[in-house]
Amino acid sequence: MKKLFLTLATAVLTASFSNVPVLAAGGGDVVLRQADWSFSGPFGTFDKASMQRGFQAYTEVCAGCHSMNYIAFRNLADLGYNEAEIKAIAAEYEVVDGPNDEGEMFTRNGIPADRIPAPYPNELAARAANNGAYPPDLSLIVKARANGADYLYSLLTSYEDAPAGTAVPEGMYYNAAYSGHMIAMPQPLYGDDVEYADGADTSMDAVAKDLVNFMAWTAEPALEERKRTGVAVMIFLVLLSGLSFGAMRFIWADVKKTRA
Amino acid sequence: MSANQFQNPVVRWIDHRLPIFSFLNHEATEYPTPKNLNYFWNFGSLAGISLVIMIITGIVLSMNYTAHVDYAFDSVERIMRDVNHGWLLRYIHMNGASFFFIVVFIHIFRGLYYGSYKAPRELLWMLGVVILLLMMATAFMGYVLPWGQMSFWGATVITNLFSAIPFAGEGIVTWLWGGFSVDNPTLNRFFSLHYLLPFVIVGVVILHLVALHRFGSNNPLGIDTRGPQDTIPFHPYYTIKDFFGLSVFLTFFAAAVFFFPNFMGHPDNYIPANALQTPAHIVPEWYFLPFYAILRAVPDKLGGVLAMFGAIAVLFILPWLDRSPVRSGRFRPIFKIFFWVFFADCLVLGYIGAMPAEGIYVVIGRVATIWYFLHFLLILPILSVAETPRPLPQSISTPVFGGSGAMAGAAAAPKRKVE
Amino acid sequence: MAASKTNKAALVAEQKSRRDFIVVATYAMGAVGAGAFAWPLIDQMNPAADTLALASIEVDVSKIAEGQSITLKWRGKPVFIRHRTKTEIDEALRDDALDMRDPQVDSDRVQKPEYLVVLGVCTHLGCVPLGQKVGEVRGEYDGWFCPCHGSHYDSSGRIRKGPAPTNLEVPPYSFLSDDVIKIG
Repeated sequence: MKKLFLTLATAVLTASFSNVPVLAAGGGDVVLRQADWSFSGPFGTFDKASMQRGFQAYTEVCAGCHSMNYIAFRNLADLGYNEAEIKAIAAEYEVVDGPNDEGEMFTRNGIPADRIPAPYPNELAARAANNGAYPPDLSLIVKARANGADYLYSLLTSYEDAPAGTAVPEGMYYNAAYSGHMIAMPQPLYGDDVEYADGADTSMDAVAKDLVNFMAWTAEPALEERKRTGVAVMIFLVLLSGLSFGAMRFIWADVKKTRA
Repeated sequence: MSANQFQNPVVRWIDHRLPIFSFLNHEATEYPTPKNLNYFWNFGSLAGISLVIMIITGIVLSMNYTAHVDYAFDSVERIMRDVNHGWLLRYIHMNGASFFFIVVFIHIFRGLYYGSYKAPRELLWMLGVVILLLMMATAFMGYVLPWGQMSFWGATVITNLFSAIPFAGEGIVTWLWGGFSVDNPTLNRFFSLHYLLPFVIVGVVILHLVALHRFGSNNPLGIDTRGPQDTIPFHPYYTIKDFFGLSVFLTFFAAAVFFFPNFMGHPDNYIPANALQTPAHIVPEWYFLPFYAILRAVPDKLGGVLAMFGAIAVLFILPWLDRSPVRSGRFRPIFKIFFWVFFADCLVLGYIGAMPAEGIYVVIGRVATIWYFLHFLLILPILSVAETPRPLPQSISTPVFGGSGAMAGAAAAPKRKVE
Repeated sequence: MAASKTNKAALVAEQKSRRDFIVVATYAMGAVGAGAFAWPLIDQMNPAADTLALASIEVDVSKIAEGQSITLKWRGKPVFIRHRTKTEIDEALRDDALDMRDPQVDSDRVQKPEYLVVLGVCTHLGCVPLGQKVGEVRGEYDGWFCPCHGSHYDSSGRIRKGPAPTNLEVPPYSFLSDDVIKIG
């Protein structure tokens, strides 16, 4: 019986792992660069300083084309900003509001409740401004790509000269981490693209990591709470399993006797 | 069984007029259960609890969900970000579907191994197959609701299966969609049905339980209980055992919810639905993969659809395909081998379903599909007559092996075989 | 012989009580777990983070002419802002001394006497009282009149007649400048 159970358990695990090749199938010919992310593992937490730098890099480098639709300024509290800082950040943005009493739309300064404004009013405008390519929204990008964190880290740092004999069409760029290698996004990071107030490293590699730390948070803001709750729930359930196993042994004691 | 067995006068008063307490006492407390059930018999109650968890989390999620193509994806993200504990509820519901299927698949394979589908439990088995079908429909429609890329394209592909029906196919698909593609009307009706079907499942589960309690549980020996010495009351013995099983199940479940919530999902479903672009690799949720493999194994549209539905339909007639009078695979040496081969075949089908339909995968998929049907339609009927089962024990309380002089069952076995 | 028998009985009894304890403990722990799981199910019905974040609005009151009112939507409910006339302010102050159902002086209900800010929700059963638009019934006390069950509010939004138990609620607000009020 034990054998049967073990076989079944293994089978179930195998069955679930059979998904893995599919998940990784984003691009079969791509080897991802891996980094040691602070948010991975059962006790993982976000690196707040790095996320703040990542937010700055997003604002200065990415936000010209990529929206961040699911993040409101108030969410930036998770990065360690206080209320006054968030108000100041929000106020730097112009937000379309309305209609007012005259029925007109108007712009005003942002408030913490506003979402980060998108660079383009709609997808068609975005395509028109980018050679027909659509810069995707970045709020969920880490969850919307297989091995999202490593993938984006690799993508941001893998712009190369195309190998000899490979023709790169007009408006396309060669990226070793991108499936098919031809990507419409020009190289965003070259190193020293931003100036950090805390004097942190601004090499391409370091900024890419900051960006990934930031986008991992935008994709899953509840990650820290989830893992924290998870540890408590697991401890509770393991204790409950042990206790109920003991109770079961007690109750079944007399049955076992007559059975032998 | 008279009403005055209850001490509490209020209970006695109610029970005299509405015998719910007698009923519960009879069906959940005293209910005589074989004393030799192993842990595989835990999965029935686990399936029931999974259903309850899904219904409860589903009801609260629907309080925060908007069934409209323009808002569905955003409303799910709002649940994940802004609704209090929304991420927890959604991850429980999302992973709960997978765990529900894991539990039910183990429950089904347990039935297959121990012959739980055989007389007099044929209807019990068939009701179970109905539950499986309803679960598949519910899970499919639920997966559409977040309105991500996989939702949209899954809905498109699966509804298009019906276009294989000769003559009426196109009309049926248009009717299912409420338009000329998967769109807002489709999403709305899927939400409505996704809310309805779980309660239909509850209804069939009740019938499943009524049928179960008619003859009681099968057991690992597959022989009937012969009296009080073979059974124990359900409470407290199996209540505590089910409770222990539940704790262990929840531990695994919680590990997935809190630490690998998206492991069994697909990244593409975090991209909003786009009717103009299909993802490069579209695969259904893992629990549909074996059936998906069967669908793709047949190089004909209608044939593939028929094979896929046939893979479930064949389960309905299983009690009449396997005519061996011995229920438990424990006493059927050859059946046991074929059972494991069949089990492996299902895993292979699951793997093939996840792979692209090209090259060697197509060949393996076809072989595995043929084997799936051969197992039911040829191997089981032949084994029914060709196999010599090992001697059965005389009763549950008289063990065959390891005991002293307990081989009395050997003499009884041939007699039981012709019964 | 007899002694060992009683020993055995005591042992059995002790084992039984230990067994009962662990069984009760198990089910009690299960009940605690179920109770903990109930909380997210209940709490998800409380206002979500985005709802709470939107809980304040700003309004420029300089455009409201004397004697006129405006109605704004705040947290899904109407907010009445009335630019009171001299007469209305005087009436409110005059009645401060009278015996009322929910006694409150006018100065406790306004930050600047010209502008009265109240929630436009009758404290009886939640209807929106009349009296905002020019020419609408204002009740017997020159304030508002609730058509649902006939509650009369005065020019300070205090309940004077009818079934409503309390005065019209004053929402939390502050003057950001002379003309701009932030509600919430």
